[in-house]
Amino acid sequence: MIAIEKIAIENVSRRGFLQGIFSAGAFVLCARILPEPLWAVSSGAAASVSTSAFHPSVFVGIHTDGTVYVVAHRSEMGNGVRTSLPRILADELDADWSRVHVVQADGNEAYGSQDTDGSHSVREFFDVLREAGATARLMLVRAAAKQWGVPESQCVADPVHVVSDKSSSRKLGYGELASLAANQPVPKKEELTLKSPQQWRYIGKPAPGYDVTDVCSGKPLFGMDVRVDGMLYAAIAHPPVLGGKVKSLDDSATLKVIGVKKTIAIDPFKPPHGFQPLGGVAVIADNTFAAFKGRKQLKIDWDNGSNASYNSADYKKELQQTARQPGKVVHTTGDPDAEFAKGGKVVEAEYFAPHLAHASMEPPVAVADVQGEKVTVWSPTQNPQGVQEQVAAALGLKKENVTCHVTFLGGGFGRKSKPDYAVEAAVLSKNTGKPVKVIWSREDDIKFDYYHSVAAMYLKAALDNSGKPTAWLQRSVFPPIGSTFKEGEVYGGAGEMSMGWNVVPFDVPNFRSENGQAVAHVRIGWLRSVANIYHAFAVQSFANELAVAANRDSYDYLLALIGNGHVLDAGPQGPNGVGEKYPYDTARLRRVAEVAAEKANWGKKKSGKGSGIGIAVHRSFFTYVASVVEVEVDDQGTIRIPHVTTAVDAGIVANPEMVRQQFEGAAVFGTSIARTGEITATGGAIDQSNFYDYQVARMNDAPRQVDVHIVESTAPPAGVGEPGVPPFVPALCNAVFAATGKRVRELPLTRNGFS
Amino acid sequence: MVHFKVNGRAQTFDGDAEMPLLWYLRDILGLTGTKFGCGMALCGACTVLQNGKAIRSCTKQMSTVEGLEITTIEAISANGQHAVQKAWTQVNVPQCGYCQPGQIMQAVSLLSSKPKPTDEDIDSAMAGNICRCGTYQRIRSAIKVAAKETA
Repeated sequence: MIAIEKIAIENVSRRGFLQGIFSAGAFVLCARILPEPLWAVSSGAAASVSTSAFHPSVFVGIHTDGTVYVVAHRSEMGNGVRTSLPRILADELDADWSRVHVVQADGNEAYGSQDTDGSHSVREFFDVLREAGATARLMLVRAAAKQWGVPESQCVADPVHVVSDKSSSRKLGYGELASLAANQPVPKKEELTLKSPQQWRYIGKPAPGYDVTDVCSGKPLFGMDVRVDGMLYAAIAHPPVLGGKVKSLDDSATLKVIGVKKTIAIDPFKPPHGFQPLGGVAVIADNTFAAFKGRKQLKIDWDNGSNASYNSADYKKELQQTARQPGKVVHTTGDPDAEFAKGGKVVEAEYFAPHLAHASMEPPVAVADVQGEKVTVWSPTQNPQGVQEQVAAALGLKKENVTCHVTFLGGGFGRKSKPDYAVEAAVLSKNTGKPVKVIWSREDDIKFDYYHSVAAMYLKAALDNSGKPTAWLQRSVFPPIGSTFKEGEVYGGAGEMSMGWNVVPFDVPNFRSENGQAVAHVRIGWLRSVANIYHAFAVQSFANELAVAANRDSYDYLLALIGNGHVLDAGPQGPNGVGEKYPYDTARLRRVAEVAAEKANWGKKKSGKGSGIGIAVHRSFFTYVASVVEVEVDDQGTIRIPHVTTAVDAGIVANPEMVRQQFEGAAVFGTSIARTGEITATGGAIDQSNFYDYQVARMNDAPRQVDVHIVESTAPPAGVGEPGVPPFVPALCNAVFAATGKRVRELPLTRNGFS
Repeated sequence: MVHFKVNGRAQTFDGDAEMPLLWYLRDILGLTGTKFGCGMALCGACTVLQNGKAIRSCTKQMSTVEGLEITTIEAISANGQHAVQKAWTQVNVPQCGYCQPGQIMQAVSLLSSKPKPTDEDIDSAMAGNICRCGTYQRIRSAIKVAAKETA
């Protein structure tokens, strides 16, 4: 069950928090909450991601000059957290947004989990940020009332950033009140009055990115941009196969390259690999190019180890074979076997989705400076405490001795939750006695990723005379994320199962979901929306196949499948699961389908002859999404996507502008997955290497227009960064079927004669 | 020894002639606005202007910059006030922002040769610049806004 949130707010004005920002007299509050557990509770991943006590804190401070400082303790990677989170607090504080300054937090367990993944940020911190803002506002009001010697009820925080005396024209600015407010006791929660949604200034109102001007000016914001005095540069030749080791090394040509200083062997990991470096040989140089050039000159004989037998083409057949056999039961409703035994019309289909790489535009990069027992790391990381833990473990130091400065991330998508590259920098800095910047090339990034899992799925349904399913069986087989943290883990964790697999949001009386085993041969990790990608692809493609089998319009049929809507018993829980706060209400799913279809003029669009329209729905990270995709396919099989209509119910929305951006982007990310996304391996080594053989969507093949419709909701805020991806992929494939009559059961589309 | 200009200032270089301009700008001059994305002129993150025209600095060797005038994102305006940067801000284009300096430089180059680009012009000029966050439709809008501003 989701923990009931407890929020405790402390006045820490005298305790020297955020030293260097505040001078004497500043007013600083700290808020702590006990929130819901992480998603992968039972998979072992959660424990590895964050073993620290889970007590998130957030700080707000008001300087005597009136500047309001809000600490961004989550990582900015295009998700908009440096804008959306502070605005929630600023709203309840009645602060002038133009006078709010966002400060990026270092890694520190005082903030609780900072792992910016799982579309957590707004949904987890909405209440605490509001309460912190309201607390600060009340303390400012009380400080003004005391100063003027008038009742508190006579003072209001209006207009923004000042407290006014209603009975006179007296006003005091927040800066003037800061040191007085710092002397106020923290009010009890019962004394606070949170604003009604009608009173919100910023929540629910669109706002551009806080950092947009700096970003467009090319300011040095990113991990790749970090420069430290005396810094050396490193490129690492990683073992081509997971678990490989250096047998012999000849670095004589490398050491002749201008600018190369030395080579350093990095120890292989001890299984399970977790977030440890892969090992290999580092080339240390005085600039990036020299390091890259020197690495090319290395002559290394590798012992590739047991994963050298891994060939993804054979592995695919194994997974498909497993998916045809009974697996471990995940969730059952009714008696599907009895229903199937009755005979009648049965539809079966198999689906397959390959490994994917994250390919964030900024490859992994980190700078580390080891000085005796102290380490400073600068890194674009989604997981700064993971950096602290892993660096400390690798160097035999205490976690508190590792400072992790979080830079902007040039994309993350889950890759930068794994701090292996920061550990590499720390190991090399310790060895050289100098600050070292480790830079992964694009080839490193593609070949040595934590891959999104490959998956084979089998689905079967029995249909009644009207074409409605009376029984439904689905089986999913994939090497699990848990294999990264536990050697030999072959079954999906509760988190992965809750991602669109334990249940389907349809009116099916007899249902069973299963999971078959699969051994991992590469590093497996989470990628934007994780297991939802392949699960939604299978379920939503299958729903479309059933519509065809029933000779029904696919949208009408989808609505019939969903039914009028009810709260699902969803079995095991996770971010896609259920709880008191987030019941799985299929009426909300139906609503987004209706909105998307209506906005896309579903009934008026004709499919066939190279034009097609497709729909899919999916709930993930508690957010309900419908995608309607329109395609044009020419005689050569070239796909164009003129229009995408997305409807989103993400509960209360903090910043609709950021929501639109995330869902526009998700359609492009989904296009990359569906059209060309495929990682394969031969002899254990990854076949792809750069954007020519791991192609991602470009402007000319991305959707031309993505319209995002936010369905108004009073439900608690839900996830935004990830949920746009899963339904897009099957909606696109369903549109391709409508246009061409060709069913896509295996991703990507390029495997099906399309481009 | 090669002689050239970066952002209006005369520079010389006598290091490894194979070094790409990208790493010279980033590691030697400290101009980190120009980004590394692929090293093979496939993604456009490293786009700079060579005598006013967009090039990929990751494959431009230092041996070939003699006499050239190179302009980076840092020098197209003070404080992000170039018409293209203002349009980018107005449309709220960036998500993570890493590719945007390259996108902006490519757009500046496009607008200098085609002040009123069609959608096809925009596609063909911008197809070499990857944005993994997927900001393409806003990039297209921003280019049109900038074209209007500068018309």
